[in-house]
Amino acid sequence: MIYLDHAATTPMRPGVWDAMRPYADDVFGNSSGIHEVSRRAKNALEEARERIAGTIGAKQGDIVLTSGGTESDNLALKGAVFSQSPRRGVVTVATEHEAVLETVDFLRRFGLPTAIVGVDHQGAVDPESLLNAVDANTALVSIMTINNETGVIQDLPTIVEAVKRHEPEVLVHTDAVQAFSTEPIDVDALGVDLLTITGHKFGGSKGAGLLYVREGTPLEPVLHGGGQELGRRSGTHDVAGAVGLAAAMETAAADRARFRAEIGEIRNEFEKRIVAAFADVVVNTPDRARSPQHLNVRFPGVRNETLLLRLDRAGVAASAGSACQSGASEVSHVLEAMGLTPDQARESVRFSFGWNSSADEALEASDILIGLVEELR
Amino acid sequence: MRALVAMSGGVDSSVAAALMREAGHEVVGVTLKLWSGPNGEAPTAGCCTVSDAEDARRVAAQLDIPYYVLDYTDEFRDGVVDRFVEGYVSGRTPNPCIECNRMVKFDRLLGRLDEFDSDVLVTGHHARVRFDGGSWSLHRGADGAKDQSYVLSMLTQSELARTRFPVGDLTKAAVRAKAAALGLRTAAKPESMDICFVGHRDYRGFLRDVAPEALTPGPLVDAEGEEMGRHEGIIGFTVGQRRGLGVAVGEPRFVIRIEPATSTVVLGRRHQLAVHGVHLAEITWTAGAPVSGKVMAQYRAHGDPVPAALHDERLLFSEPQEAVAPGQTMALYDADRVLGGALIARTFA
Repeated sequence: MIYLDHAATTPMRPGVWDAMRPYADDVFGNSSGIHEVSRRAKNALEEARERIAGTIGAKQGDIVLTSGGTESDNLALKGAVFSQSPRRGVVTVATEHEAVLETVDFLRRFGLPTAIVGVDHQGAVDPESLLNAVDANTALVSIMTINNETGVIQDLPTIVEAVKRHEPEVLVHTDAVQAFSTEPIDVDALGVDLLTITGHKFGGSKGAGLLYVREGTPLEPVLHGGGQELGRRSGTHDVAGAVGLAAAMETAAADRARFRAEIGEIRNEFEKRIVAAFADVVVNTPDRARSPQHLNVRFPGVRNETLLLRLDRAGVAASAGSACQSGASEVSHVLEAMGLTPDQARESVRFSFGWNSSADEALEASDILIGLVEELR
Repeated sequence: MRALVAMSGGVDSSVAAALMREAGHEVVGVTLKLWSGPNGEAPTAGCCTVSDAEDARRVAAQLDIPYYVLDYTDEFRDGVVDRFVEGYVSGRTPNPCIECNRMVKFDRLLGRLDEFDSDVLVTGHHARVRFDGGSWSLHRGADGAKDQSYVLSMLTQSELARTRFPVGDLTKAAVRAKAAALGLRTAAKPESMDICFVGHRDYRGFLRDVAPEALTPGPLVDAEGEEMGRHEGIIGFTVGQRRGLGVAVGEPRFVIRIEPATSTVVLGRRHQLAVHGVHLAEITWTAGAPVSGKVMAQYRAHGDPVPAALHDERLLFSEPQEAVAPGQTMALYDADRVLGGALIARTFA
């Protein structure tokens, strides 16, 4: 299989599972206990937290360990809105992940003021229209660092600064789930108050992620209970997951320069071959800043459902938009927000490259893809 | 041969996939996502629920065949649900499961066989396809009580040529025994009876929700045109219906006719339900050539065929029939061989 779906999830990086294994086995203790096996688990957990914090320029106490991106997004949005602040509104962008958009819709159904700002044809949010939606009622602005479907990079530092100048008390959250492999993440440089990361997008295990919470940020927990994570997220700790997350973050951060150069080149070469093969192929995000991992491309006249099925039969794994519970593909809300028609969105496929993608594989995949598209038209 | 198996999550299509695999064919399983409610919710009843797709996925995994869910919600809404609603609003009695077979499962899926790099479409219907060297023919399944050739009676020669029904040679009991022998999770699964997009509700409730504009009140009249009561809309009625008419008279009354133009529902006594013949529309000559003269005619999925004579698009029953309604499918047989299928355009006494 040639795996070109790294934006969905990735294989674990070498060393990650080995680092985790003891905490799924001998060192099985509950990190809240007083006995030795629990102390060892607790030590491993806090050491992991320290290393995790170090990779994003944060303090140890600012890291809330979660089950991953969806939980972190939920905690950021609901936690900010349900805190004691009189501000109750949320502003976000139409191309966000469902974990943000559906949470915003949940808050809207509870009568809270919400606003969803559109994007231009390149997927970029206009800072002016974003600011127009932010007012004295706004508790939080949520805007993703890199879009999962298109790889579009938002100009986060500029947007954060503009929001803070406009309404200094507004919290800013970013879903950085797609960014960690390629973008240096420094919470102070970005200026955000809340930031979501999940390990399995860059070689960690599934079910282990974090929410960065800037010191002093008011946050009501979503999961109430035993008071773990300084009361911000109750539940027995997944120590193995935390240790794996730390290992994956350090490995990915150390590999970032190579990743950007090598994987970016593999992606570019793949894209060049496909664009050269068809006069009418459309790269859905050609002009502006885009992650070196992602390629979202439209083949006019070819239904993505069919193409993905045929690619799978030929041993190439790719995807399109999101899938419903049954596994049927649905029209991408991201591409629709960028102005594509539903039919155009149904002709679009995402290829995403990752830490173990190779040039040879990408070459072979491009040949298979070109052959299939020719056959299907 | 490369076979695309439409897997509903039931025992028949599970065994159909298994039999194709055993015969050495290259098999791909697909489930069609046909319907989600107004808010995107999945159906909870009928043949196409989320748990059905999950059963199909698990069976495919057990058979070690690739499996995909295909999005057919647009086609299903346009080709089946809208036609179902339109049919009832026009006073007809449509059969959405037949429309689904015809418009979605066969027409649309067969049309994409090349795209999916497959030679034949396989389903779990109880019917048999034969090739006699010159043409294809469709026959009743081996299990008379489970035969589904009626719902397939509008397949064309070119469609039959690319279709296989591997369980058609088996009785339902044999299908279940085969599934049990293979350890398939669907072996003892009950059959779905509801219309999938209506769910466990009464279909009249569904129609009220989706076509409220069709709720034009009108009169209930007797065969002589005298008003016997009022109703809230013709979508509440179907020809042959006896219960829920809202009129109290000594002798049982039945709906004998619906006149959508005036929202009139005509009631009568049982003998007035008698229909001597029908006009057919959209005839498909399943067996390849038009037929005329004596045929066996079946107008309900599980009804008995009755002798009739066909003259062009006019079908005359040898004995008068009850509860024959415009919109129903009429399948024409010669013994167990399907000659053709059509829609009943109108009936005559």
